[in-house]
Amino acid sequence: MNNPHQHLSALQDIRSMMEKSSRFISLSGLSGIAAGVCALIGAWVSYDYVYGYKDYMMGSYSYERGGNSSLAYDAGMDFSIQLLLNTTLFWIAAATFIAAFISAFVFTWIKSRREGVPIWGKTAQRLMIHVSVPLIAGGLYILKLLHFGTFGLVAPGCLIFYGLALLNGSKFTLSEIKYLGYGQLALGIINLQFTGYGLYFWAAGFGILHILYGGIMWYKYDRNTKTSEA
Amino acid sequence: MKNPIENLNKIFDSRIRLGIMSALMVNDEVSFNELKELLHITDGNLASHLKNLEENNCLKVQKSFVGRKTNTTYSATKVGEKAFKLHLDALEKMIRSIE
Repeated sequence: MNNPHQHLSALQDIRSMMEKSSRFISLSGLSGIAAGVCALIGAWVSYDYVYGYKDYMMGSYSYERGGNSSLAYDAGMDFSIQLLLNTTLFWIAAATFIAAFISAFVFTWIKSRREGVPIWGKTAQRLMIHVSVPLIAGGLYILKLLHFGTFGLVAPGCLIFYGLALLNGSKFTLSEIKYLGYGQLALGIINLQFTGYGLYFWAAGFGILHILYGGIMWYKYDRNTKTSEA
Repeated sequence: MKNPIENLNKIFDSRIRLGIMSALMVNDEVSFNELKELLHITDGNLASHLKNLEENNCLKVQKSFVGRKTNTTYSATKVGEKAFKLHLDALEKMIRSIE
């Protein structure tokens, strides 16, 4: 009982149990990298559409509007969900989101399996709820921005609401994610001054910051678990 | 000579009971099944440790129904929280004295 190693391991037990039971710690760094890569690809594909090198409307809509126009500087057009569903950009955005979500999920799922933490336990649910609330509110707000044709505010809106969502969720997972949240918020707010460059800020926030964060997290946490297993 | 381990609480000798209390310290309440998943132990084993902690007034039990199934949740008592904190302090002291 007087063995120091025993007491140290008791303290480690306590710490790990407190973390495991209150935070979802299986969030993998690789998930961040994967989501970031998806975002960069999405931004790259949509570049020509956003800055008017290719028309962003599909099929007959494109024809009716008589070809080229730049989304970044267009304002005040009549916007409806129907119209939104007929833009190439909407589908690029949707595909980017789905690809990012699935690839991020896969790496976190693998990690949670390895650690024996249930992927849909109480901690994961709490994290999802706290991240979803600002995201859903932000999503509705951005739909309204599209409705009024204020496209320049869409990218800052995404960044700001996503930053707030991460800050809100940081209490329920690895707390370092709050720095990612602050980063997104800062980019979003700076972007308000440079509204024509939304796509660049968007790519920096969702692409580069994600990859940076994911890389650091992977280096800090995941790398060690692999070497200790081997 | 002062006994170096006098402040270590016997109740928390067991890793399982230590784990249960750790989880209860950071959550308002934890259900039986969540504890089972966290600790990777059998129902019977967990139940006996929970019983032990309850008898020592470290935790209280709340039983409720979700549909027809019973849902048992546990939360730490004031006594339990205090005992656990003292135990942590004692552990810390021991480790410092060794360094």
